[in-house]
Amino acid sequence: MSSNFVLKNVTLAAGETKDIQVSDGFITSVGAGLVADEMIDCNGLVALPGFVDLHTHLREPGFEQSETVLTGTQSAALGGFTAVHAMANTMPVADTAGVVEQVASLGIEAGYAEVFPIGAVTIGLEGKQLAELGAMANSKAQVKVFSDDGKCVHDPVIMRRALEYVKAFEGVIAQHAQEPRLTEGAQMHEGAVSAELGLTGWPSVAEESIIARDVLLAEHVNSRIHICHLSTAGSVEIIRWAKARGIKVTAEVTPHHLLLTDELVRSFDSVYKVNPPLRTAQDVEALREALIDGTIDIIATDHAPHPIESKDCEWNAAAFGMLGLETAASIAQEVLIESGKSSWTRLAEVLSFAPARIGGDSNQGQMIQAGSVANIVLIDPKARRKVVADSASKSKNSPYVGLELPGRVVHTIFKGYFTVRDSQLANWGRR
Amino acid sequence: MKNLLSAADLTRESAIEILDIAEGMAGVNDRDIKKLPTLRGKTVVNLFFEDSTRTRISFELAEKRLSADVINFTAKGSSVSKGESLKDTAQTLEAMGADAVVIRHPSSGAAQILAHSGWIQGSIINAGDGTHEHPTQALLDAYTIRKRFHGSDSVGKGLDGMKVAIVGDILHSRVARSNLLLLNSLGAEIHFVAPPTLLPSNPSNLNAELHFSLDQTLGEVDLDVVMMLRIQSERMNASYFPSEREYSRIWGFNANRLSMLKDSAIVMHPGPMNRGLEIDAVTADSKQSTVLEQVTNGVSVRMAVLYALLSGERNSDVI
Repeated sequence: MSSNFVLKNVTLAAGETKDIQVSDGFITSVGAGLVADEMIDCNGLVALPGFVDLHTHLREPGFEQSETVLTGTQSAALGGFTAVHAMANTMPVADTAGVVEQVASLGIEAGYAEVFPIGAVTIGLEGKQLAELGAMANSKAQVKVFSDDGKCVHDPVIMRRALEYVKAFEGVIAQHAQEPRLTEGAQMHEGAVSAELGLTGWPSVAEESIIARDVLLAEHVNSRIHICHLSTAGSVEIIRWAKARGIKVTAEVTPHHLLLTDELVRSFDSVYKVNPPLRTAQDVEALREALIDGTIDIIATDHAPHPIESKDCEWNAAAFGMLGLETAASIAQEVLIESGKSSWTRLAEVLSFAPARIGGDSNQGQMIQAGSVANIVLIDPKARRKVVADSASKSKNSPYVGLELPGRVVHTIFKGYFTVRDSQLANWGRR
Repeated sequence: MKNLLSAADLTRESAIEILDIAEGMAGVNDRDIKKLPTLRGKTVVNLFFEDSTRTRISFELAEKRLSADVINFTAKGSSVSKGESLKDTAQTLEAMGADAVVIRHPSSGAAQILAHSGWIQGSIINAGDGTHEHPTQALLDAYTIRKRFHGSDSVGKGLDGMKVAIVGDILHSRVARSNLLLLNSLGAEIHFVAPPTLLPSNPSNLNAELHFSLDQTLGEVDLDVVMMLRIQSERMNASYFPSEREYSRIWGFNANRLSMLKDSAIVMHPGPMNRGLEIDAVTADSKQSTVLEQVTNGVSVRMAVLYALLSGERNSDVI
């Protein structure tokens, strides 16, 4: 691990070719003809700020058969991420200062990316009583994002109180929008395909009605709210309306909701079972447009590892969720760059600057300029790769296996050292 | 054809072929010695994850009349958390050398998973998967309709131009889904009649006309067939309709509605019936009711399916 080097002839997001000099964890210079002991040829590679995932399931503590902080952050590094926000639905639930501090320290120990634990909004994700949000915020983990993800904070009073309370420490509630009564036993998007397959429907209105309620609540109490994994065209319309009205709402979309549709469920292959479910082609189109025009602020992976036995079964018995860290950048490139509709600048915004802003990650999402922390990802945009089942994740539930996707993460630099070099994971084991 | 997973697997030609084979099988069922040696030495497993005595014994009888070795395997629950998984069960049956598995399962798609997973090599016959499909029920219904309308002249015929109303819990009915696909392939016109709560919210992929009113449908469509679906007890307290009395009044079949049908029209029910709810006794026991014929024909049709999937050469001279 060299800590002083020059990345030679990188292409910056805006298109110009420059050298980047890195010393002792910081970018010390961006310019032409820079020199260091180690010169790394980056001709043809796009340099972007390290990616930040606002929605990752690292599964530790409690579900280490699916993923650990180590394997999850290794997977993140391979995907170009230098920071992940770890969701709270672990066992025990991350609803106390003790658990979030444990997750944060496991992240530091692993050393592959910055790990920001997300705190649960309610005790045990049960939606009944607020967890000690202040204690988590004031802990060493300095939690700023709170979410019951996997479950919706459906009680309107609890939601109102949570939105208000976190203002005390500039926190944000990330809502998993799913009206529980409308989605009892739900298995897939409710629409023309569910009508044919006889699988219980998860209607779009169950997401949209909660988002509508919550943006109004956020307006009423003048709080910030973040909406997880938008999946429907209707949700996009509500967010667009809320933003026009000046409500402080941000929204994320997952890579899978930008690429896959409910037609895939016809195979009954439970690798396509995810919550919220894969929607229609019209929804995918609306989400893509919203990502491009800024209505949707970020891409977040909702990386959700599951062991083989949780997917190698009939549809109803299978777990919800799919992997996403190692394919997110390629799907972002497909949607923003290959489509010809957007730019690398926008890609850097949705995968790094904006999620770091929403999560309050001060060392992440910085411009590639002198003085910034050296969190950098280098992508070969011309590469095309066929996704294989093998990955750094402990789990195999990727819906993209066999698909050809554009782009390849070549190097990931985290705080000035390589976590990934020449597409190979740095291997220092548990330090 | 190796598996029968969905009525969509059947083209018009292959469906008619199976119905024609069933005609021959019905002849066997009328003999003193109701047995053919066709599947001698073959092992057929009836794998039932859901109670269904009727469907199981119908398959069992069909298998025995074709001289197969029959094993009944009844399992409860099948998620990772409770009991044995579908995969382990399937691999166990494979290790025992099953030539065919007849599967009934509460999860939609279970038969398809079994067929495409690589866990098991034998033929898979879907005997009902969740609220998805029940293709042998559709075949026996098609056979019953054809027999009533064409009698001994049935062989080779489809159901062209027949008008069929399927009435009741369409949303949760595997019988309705399989019948829609199969009867459409055979040339029939399908009308779904149900309270709006029991129809799919987006029916755009379903090739059927939708009606909310049974009386209006009976008045406006020159129906040949009315197929009543069973109302499951779990729908009764879930606000799909206010009460059993109201359901029965508006969507149940009764003597009064029977009189609105032409004399040649038939009333079907896959059984078991809730007498007094979706169908009244006068209708169920009338000459126009085919309930018991459906049971009888079920055995012949299932023999035909087993024969079509399992016997090496598909020459009709075996019958």
